[in-house]
Amino acid sequence: MPSSAMGKQQILRPVKGGFILFTLLAGLMFNLLPWQGVGLMLRPDLVALVLLYWCIHQPRRVGMGAAWLLGLMLDVADGMLLGQSALAYTLFVFATLLLRRRILLFPLGQQALHILPLLLLLQFTTLGIKLAAGSAFAGWGYFVASLTGALFWPVVASLLMLPQHREIKTEPSIQAGHK
Amino acid sequence: MEHQPFFNRGPSIWARLAFFTFLCLALMVTDARFRYLNPLRETLSLLLYPLQSLARTPVELADRVGEFFVTQARLQRENAQLKQSHLQDASQLLRGQALLAENTHLRKLLAVREHFNDIPVLAEIVYAGHDPFSRKIIVDKGTREGVRAGQAVIDEVGVVGQVTREFALSSEVTLLTDKDQAVPVQLVRNGLRAIVYGLGQEGQLEMRFMPVSADIQNGDVLVTSGIDGIYPPGLPVAVVSKIERNSAFAFAKIYCMPSAGIDRNRQYLVLTGTKQLLPPPPPKAEEATLPKQTHSARKH
Repeated sequence: MPSSAMGKQQILRPVKGGFILFTLLAGLMFNLLPWQGVGLMLRPDLVALVLLYWCIHQPRRVGMGAAWLLGLMLDVADGMLLGQSALAYTLFVFATLLLRRRILLFPLGQQALHILPLLLLLQFTTLGIKLAAGSAFAGWGYFVASLTGALFWPVVASLLMLPQHREIKTEPSIQAGHK
Repeated sequence: MEHQPFFNRGPSIWARLAFFTFLCLALMVTDARFRYLNPLRETLSLLLYPLQSLARTPVELADRVGEFFVTQARLQRENAQLKQSHLQDASQLLRGQALLAENTHLRKLLAVREHFNDIPVLAEIVYAGHDPFSRKIIVDKGTREGVRAGQAVIDEVGVVGQVTREFALSSEVTLLTDKDQAVPVQLVRNGLRAIVYGLGQEGQLEMRFMPVSADIQNGDVLVTSGIDGIYPPGLPVAVVSKIERNSAFAFAKIYCMPSAGIDRNRQYLVLTGTKQLLPPPPPKAEEATLPKQTHSARKH
């Protein structure tokens, strides 16, 4: 389990830049699937989760710049005011960067408890901007997405960690060969 | 000497936060107040287009598989129904054509200019917006087919909404039910003019600023009045569903149900074509009359 691996401070292989880009785009595509009704309400924000993962594990490569750009993409895709989601995602990543060392200390299940307030912060920021811009309140069901997002966190995190783990299995044999 | 970190990590986290927050605020203000950012929006939407069409494929595949397994009996039944309705429509169409010809003739006689020459363009929903706070859809026809912001969007029953942003390959339609989306209407029964606003809720519209004594009844049919110069006149918009007359307030609370299948259809018609508006009245006449109420539909 990756959670136990986290506890043992297992050294992971370096991540390829292409893989980061691919996962971010995959998250964006997941968000752009034609969700409607209850599905839209329950949909975990995969862009936020993938962004969160890379901000925690690769803070020097993925940070506020990536968050801002992805937010802008989502704004364009949904025809919202330019910069709405960009601002929300920037604040979200900022809070993540402040908390990342603390989050890394915990196994995945307990990490989800840290992720929940971060996702709620993202949604509250979005809500605040929308209400200020004159939209109608869409009901408390809106916040269910944060809950499902936090529930999905262990799945997403272990999936994103998988490519780095596969390589590590071959490493002892290489080292043995060198000795 | 000031403190230098051992590794250079670029600007501090607070500096980056301040930079991006300021950038976002500047973007929002510029986008809300001015039109400078449309090229940026168009470029980004073109970049997103492959991703969006990829996201659409699973649903389309499921649709196609579903279509493949339609039973023959259902097809035959549907065919018979369609033939029947086609015959009924054909007779009405013939009558309509005769009336149209007569109408154009009479208009020519009266030297009235024709206000609207609409070319309908069939557009299909690419996806409904993911924003639970607004009611917008993206359709697959853009500036290449002549779609422009401000044009009306209808289905076979009535008005659905209005094009609010145009891109090269797609455009954004704001539905009637979007909060504060306004349509100038007229009651069919007595010709009373009013404006219907969206409430941001599914299947409900509101008629605002009508006096308590206004002659409006449940079940009254509302059609576009056409005086806004945007919607062609005579398209069904809504049916009055609930009236609350409380003499404590200056205005009656009137709720309506949209006629068109706003959340049901996949194909819509965009009424494109140039609108020939009459020139504004000379300023002298305007001074003489009282300040007029602006009955114009919201145009983004």
